[in-house]
Amino acid sequence: MSEKASRRRPRVRDERITLVHGAGGKATRDLVEALFLEELGNPLLDPLGDSALIDAGGVKLAFTTDAHVVQPLFYPGGDIGSLAVNGTVNDIAVAGARPIALSAAFVLEEGLSTADLRRVVASMAEAAQEAGVVVAAGDTKVVEHGRGDGLTITTSGVGLVDDRVSLGAEKVRPGDKVLVSGTLGDHGMAVMIARGNLELELEIESDSASIFPLAESLFALGEDLRWLRDPTRGGLATTLNELTEASGLCVVLEEKALPIREQVAAACEILGLDPLYVANEGKLIAVVAPARFEEALALLRAHPLGADAQVVGEIEPEPKGLVLLQTAFGGSRVVDMLSGDPLPRIC
Amino acid sequence: MRYIDEYRSGGLARALASELAETMPQDRALALMEVCGGHTHAIYKHGIDELLPPGLELVHGPGCPVCVIPVGRVDDAISLALEPNVVFTTFGDMMRVPGSKGSLLDARSRGADVRMVYSPLDALELASANPEREVIFFAIGFETTAPSTAVTLLRAQALGIENFSVFCNHVTIGPPLKAILDAPELRLDGLIAPGHVSAVIGSRPYDFIASDYGRPVVVAGFEPLDILQSVLMLVRQLAAGRAEVENQYTRLVRRDGNPRALEAIEQTMELRDSFEWRGLGSIPSSGLRLREELADWDAERRYEVPGVSVPDHKACQCGQVLRGLVKPWECKVFGTACTPESPIGTCMVSSEGACAAYYHYGRNRPKRGTVPA
Amino acid sequence: MCLGIPAQLVEIVDAEAKTAKAEIGGVRRIVSCALLEGDARVGDWVLVHVGFALDRINEEQAAETLQLLSDMGEAYERELEEIRKTAEGAA
Repeated sequence: MSEKASRRRPRVRDERITLVHGAGGKATRDLVEALFLEELGNPLLDPLGDSALIDAGGVKLAFTTDAHVVQPLFYPGGDIGSLAVNGTVNDIAVAGARPIALSAAFVLEEGLSTADLRRVVASMAEAAQEAGVVVAAGDTKVVEHGRGDGLTITTSGVGLVDDRVSLGAEKVRPGDKVLVSGTLGDHGMAVMIARGNLELELEIESDSASIFPLAESLFALGEDLRWLRDPTRGGLATTLNELTEASGLCVVLEEKALPIREQVAAACEILGLDPLYVANEGKLIAVVAPARFEEALALLRAHPLGADAQVVGEIEPEPKGLVLLQTAFGGSRVVDMLSGDPLPRIC
Repeated sequence: MRYIDEYRSGGLARALASELAETMPQDRALALMEVCGGHTHAIYKHGIDELLPPGLELVHGPGCPVCVIPVGRVDDAISLALEPNVVFTTFGDMMRVPGSKGSLLDARSRGADVRMVYSPLDALELASANPEREVIFFAIGFETTAPSTAVTLLRAQALGIENFSVFCNHVTIGPPLKAILDAPELRLDGLIAPGHVSAVIGSRPYDFIASDYGRPVVVAGFEPLDILQSVLMLVRQLAAGRAEVENQYTRLVRRDGNPRALEAIEQTMELRDSFEWRGLGSIPSSGLRLREELADWDAERRYEVPGVSVPDHKACQCGQVLRGLVKPWECKVFGTACTPESPIGTCMVSSEGACAAYYHYGRNRPKRGTVPA
Repeated sequence: MCLGIPAQLVEIVDAEAKTAKAEIGGVRRIVSCALLEGDARVGDWVLVHVGFALDRINEEQAAETLQLLSDMGEAYERELEEIRKTAEGAA
C-alpha cells in the first residue's frame, strides 16, 4: 500500500492539544495541515517551507518565524536566546538567502529572574553578532506566574535571496547526493541531559550556531545545489521525510556514514533512542548534484562548523516518498516520520 | 562501544546468513517465535529479517510487558496519578499507552504530576528528596525488571522511606509461553528465548518447552549477530530433529540465572492467582504483587484503584498478534484506524510492540519474501 | 524489559548502598550493584538495565562467542575466495 495512496487528508481528532503536537513529527504536521492551513492557507504559506519566499517588487526576500520554548533555559553550549537567534537565521539561510534582520517578541513569566533575562538577551546579542544580523524590532509581555514556562521568545527574520540558487524539493533528482554538515543529535541530547531527570553524565554541548556561512559556501554550486534544510525538531529523519514527501522520491541513507559522536551514540543506546530523531540546531542538510558532491563536501569541511561533514545518502526514484536506511549489519529498514516525542524506554 | 559493536559486524552477518541458508531443510518452511519485544525491535532496526533465507519466518510473541498491560490497569495507573499530592513516576514506555480515556501523557496535560524516570531508584530518590509528596512508581516488566523493583522496595523499607509506593504490574514469562504453545491454531517450530529475562531466571525454566512440547529453544542476546546466531542454532536443531534448550547468550546467561535477583523477587513479591493480559485474557500465576510484609509500600493497598476490567476495542486484534496468529499487516485495522498516533491496541503504541515495530521500520519497505511491502 | 547495555564499572560510589559508576562510550551513570555476586570491583563489565547492574558479563564466554562467529566468517571468506578463483580460472 503506497504511502501517498493511503494518506488521507489529515484531521485533528484530539479535543485538546498535547505535547505530542509539539514534537515536530506526524501530529505536528497534521495539526498544521488540518487546522492552520485550512484556516490560513495561501500561496506563500502552502509550500510550508522553513521560510516564505516573497517577491517584493522584484526584490526576492525570505521571511520566517519561530517560537522558542525550551526547558531548561540554559544548557551546555547555549540557551533559549542563542537558540532563538540561530534558529531563525538558519531558516533564512536554508531558503538560499542572506539573513539581515530579526524581530524578537518576549513573553515573560511573572517571577522570572531579571538576571536570567539579561543573560538570555546578552546571549542573543552575541549570536546575532556572530550571524551578522541585527534585532531590528521587539516586543515584551508579562504573564501571570504559572502561565508562561519562564520565558518564550518568538523571532521572525527576513533575508535577501541569493540569485545564484534556486532551491526546492522539486529540483531534487535521482542520483543526487545527501550531505550533512556534522554530527547528529548533539543539541537534543544536551537539552535532555540538562533536564536532569535521567542522571546521565556526559560531555555534550548543544551545537546551536548560525549555519549561514556553510550555506553560503554552497551557493557557489548554483543549480547543482538542489535543496537545503536544517534538521531541527524531529531530527534528520523528520526533515528527510519532509523531502521525500514533497519530492515524491526516495532517500537511501547509509548507517555507517552517519556522523554521530560516541557519547551521543552511547546515551542513545542507554535510553533506547534513535539519534536520527534527535534535534540539531547547528547543522545543515544539503542535496547536491552527483557531479559536484565532492566539491560540496570540501566546501563544508573548509569551515570549522563543517569539519565533520559527510555524504550520508543518495536520492533514488523508488520507493516513492520513503526514507530507507541501509543498516551497518547489511539489512534495511524504513526511517519513518517521527510520531510523538522520542521518549527513553526500558524495553 | 565494547560488547556492542563486535556483535554488529556486517561481514560476519553475511557468513551467518550463508550458513543459515545452507542449513535450512529443503522440504519445509519453518516458523520461529521470537518472544521478546526487544528482539522484535532489534530485528527490524537492523533489518535482520532481510538476511533470512526464504521459507524461514519469524513470528512475534507476547514478550512485550508494555503491550500486555490491559486497558483497565492503565486506567488504574491514571487514577493513581490523579490522586492529590501524588508524584506518579513511570518509565517512558508507558507514557503514551492509551487507557479508556487517554494516556498518562494526557493525564499530565490535565494537571497530574507524571514524571518519567529511568530507574526505580530515581523514583525512590524523588521520594526521599520530597518528603511532603507521595511518590508512586509504576512497575512494569518481566523478570528482567522485577529484581530492580524488589531491591528498591527493600531499600525503601531499610531506610524507612514511607512516602513511596509501587504499583506492581510485573509479569512472568513462563505462563504466557505455555498459553501460546497450548493454542491449537499455532504452528511454531522453535523459540528464541529472551536473553535478559533469562539472565535472571536462567535457561532451566524453558526445559518444559523442549520436553513437553518437543520444540527447540535458544536463549538469545540482543545484538544482531546474537539473534542470527540463535536462529542458526535453532535451524540446526530442527534440521537434525533435535529439541533442546541451548544458550547462545553465554556471556550473560547461566543455567540457573542470578540467585540474588531471584532472591530479591522472592523476598518482596508473590504470584497473584491470576493476572489479566491484554489480548490473552486471564492467565493464572502469571503476575506478581507485593507481599503482605510490604503492604505499606503497595500502591494498590494504600489507594483505591477502580480495578475495572475493560474489554479491548472490538476491532482490536492485539491478542491474536501477541499469540503470533496474525501478522501486524494482517490485522484489519493496521495502518488505518490503528496507527502509532491513534493506537487502538498497545501492540501499536509500545515501540517494541510487533505492530509499531513493523509500522515504523517495515511498512512500505521494498518487498522481500513473505513480508509484504 | 529488554534494554540492557554493557558498561564498565569505573568508580565505587557507596559501598554500603552498593552503588558504583558505570561507563559506556564516555557516558556515565550511577548504578546499583545489589544484584551482583560479591563486591563490585572497578573494571568489572556489567549489563545495565534500569539503573541496575543485572549481572557481570563473562568476558571469556564473550570471547568464545566472537571466536566462533569469526571462525565462521573466515571460513565463509575462504569459500568466497575459492569461488572467485574458480570463476577467474574458468573465464
